[in-house]
Amino acid sequence: MTAQHVVPPSEGRTAMLVAEREIGAQLRSKSFIISAVVLLLFVLGGIIAGSVLSKHHSGTPTGSGASAPASLMPVAVVDSLRPTLPALPDVRVVPVSDEAAARADVRSGQVRAALVPDSGPAGVRVVVKDGAPSSLVADLTVAPAVEVLNPATANDGVRYIVTFGFGLVFMMAAMTFGATIAQNTVIEKQTRVVEILLSAASPRSLLGGKILGNSALALAETAAIAAVAVLGLVVTGQDGVLSLVGAPMAWFVVFFAVGFVLLAALFAAAASLVSRVEDTGPVLQPVMMLVVLPYFIVVFGNNNQTLLRVASYVPFCAPVAMPARMFLGDAAWWEPLVSLVVLGASTYAVVALAALVYQRSVLRMGTRVRLREVLGRARVAG
Amino acid sequence: MLELSGVSRSFGDRRALDDVGFTVRRGRLTGFVGGNGAGKTTAMRIVLGVLSADAGTVTLDGRELDGATRRTFGYMPEERGLYPRMKVAEQLAYLARLRGFDRAGADRRARELLDRLDVTERADDRLDSLSLGNQQRVQVAASVVHDPDVLILDEPFSGLDPMAVDVVQSVLVEHAAGGAPVLFSSHQLDVVERLCDDVVIIAGGRIVAAGDREELRARHTEPRHRLRAGTDLGWVRDVPGVHVVELAGAEVLFEADEATAQRVLSQALERGTVREFAPVRPRLAEIFREVIRDEAQAQAAAATGRRGKRGVAA
Repeated sequence: MTAQHVVPPSEGRTAMLVAEREIGAQLRSKSFIISAVVLLLFVLGGIIAGSVLSKHHSGTPTGSGASAPASLMPVAVVDSLRPTLPALPDVRVVPVSDEAAARADVRSGQVRAALVPDSGPAGVRVVVKDGAPSSLVADLTVAPAVEVLNPATANDGVRYIVTFGFGLVFMMAAMTFGATIAQNTVIEKQTRVVEILLSAASPRSLLGGKILGNSALALAETAAIAAVAVLGLVVTGQDGVLSLVGAPMAWFVVFFAVGFVLLAALFAAAASLVSRVEDTGPVLQPVMMLVVLPYFIVVFGNNNQTLLRVASYVPFCAPVAMPARMFLGDAAWWEPLVSLVVLGASTYAVVALAALVYQRSVLRMGTRVRLREVLGRARVAG
Repeated sequence: MLELSGVSRSFGDRRALDDVGFTVRRGRLTGFVGGNGAGKTTAMRIVLGVLSADAGTVTLDGRELDGATRRTFGYMPEERGLYPRMKVAEQLAYLARLRGFDRAGADRRARELLDRLDVTERADDRLDSLSLGNQQRVQVAASVVHDPDVLILDEPFSGLDPMAVDVVQSVLVEHAAGGAPVLFSSHQLDVVERLCDDVVIIAGGRIVAAGDREELRARHTEPRHRLRAGTDLGWVRDVPGVHVVELAGAEVLFEADEATAQRVLSQALERGTVREFAPVRPRLAEIFREVIRDEAQAQAAAATGRRGKRGVAA
């Protein structure tokens, strides 16, 4: 046997070892990898589909001639008009001497349209046989310069989709990883490995490592979703949306990191009350409600400012509600900071409480441990 | 030396341990014996720090145990369990790293141990793909993977196949020989009797007997002797100071003090051939039954006493 002087690692170091094992076990599970990839593809697909749909919506010409962009549209242009026209990229200019000749060419079908002088403000009239080619009209349209005084204004559709997106991502990630934490906690209890673990490490470092590992995974997945979303928006040329969503998205990741730790602690503590995976349902139900709550608040409350403002300071809802408010442009710069402090403080308190529950119930096999029992003893002992 | 003193612990109204004190000496195997629910597991969990005591202390070489010291202990819980879906060597290495081994050291140690326990070829398989016997070996490995200073095993022999029993025995003996205090509990009194140097007997949360096995044997019964001769031994019944336990023709088992026994021997030699004469120590099982019975009677008496007092008070 090797004689080696071994110094037990510190609590923090132990928690890191536990976290490393949790992450390793997850990364080696096929179902985890598959579900993560599917989720990312889903997000990317959604963005691409969104881009295709919006292009389709704005870009389809009504005429049939423009369906092949390579063949330029023949347009008769009266000579006197030519110097005043803007560049017409889709057009093959057929010069004609006067308006009568132009009209004749249109009637005979030699050209698709004709541009003749007009007394209106545009100074040009489009003469066609039947439907006007929208691309030609668009090319000739002069848009006025726009100066936006309050730039963070999103229209209702985008507003709904983005807040909905924050809510959905938070709920999905919290449910997936929360359920994983709960399951791992009960499995350790069910397979009784927890007693050996407790002889090697303190309950606090075991719980801490479990929370740390799964939070890191959840955060990585959320960050990956955010990265894929940004990438998708840039690639499909929708960077305009990005300037609206960028900052709230960054805050969302920060809030998520803290908010998830809070939920993870609740999941682990709740799961430690039961001894079998089959029994987790009832104890996880209250925690699940807390996970679903922010989602419903942003879905049903995203045009109720008061509700959203209150929710953005409630720890469970803040990770969704605060970024949503920032996106909607009604949060002052200091508000996310205050909300983050509130969230951080409540996370600290909840983790401490969860550690107590975990420590007192994790070795009690058999019937479900009552929360009152566990915390009741705390009062006596403390 | 590992020492418990004045350790008490209650679960709700039930007093699981009541002023428990005993020692586990270095370099000796100590057997921890008691019926179901007597408090063995609770006492061991308290030594490991997995449970906290309501009162009392646990010391190693005179110093009270702290978390860091406890983590050098090796523990095999009664409820066996490891991660079923983790690879065997990886799992052992993880447990060693929790105890402070570095990655390379932990891995080397895990593989060495698997080699010794004859499960080398399964080192990189998932635990749940191993046979039950091999899983038990891995469980043994998990308790000693960090080369513990103190070894505590709760029912290490229960449910083991005979090969695994040998493996566990050799691990216990080796650690004791290396100077570690080794404490293990067992219902199997014959195993304790064969292996242990010291015995601790617990009943109803209280230590009823503890000490060197031979001393315990000597203390707990009248000295007995077995005599086998060439002729009928019926006359032994009539020797004063002798109580015959069993008589079968030319063989007798009797209780008597040392001087009387010697007198019986010389009379037997006068009467003819003596083939065998030896002191007989009671088996541990008999001592166990006796102390447990005494304890039960004492408790019953105490209970009656209390009832009596209450009766008077009412």
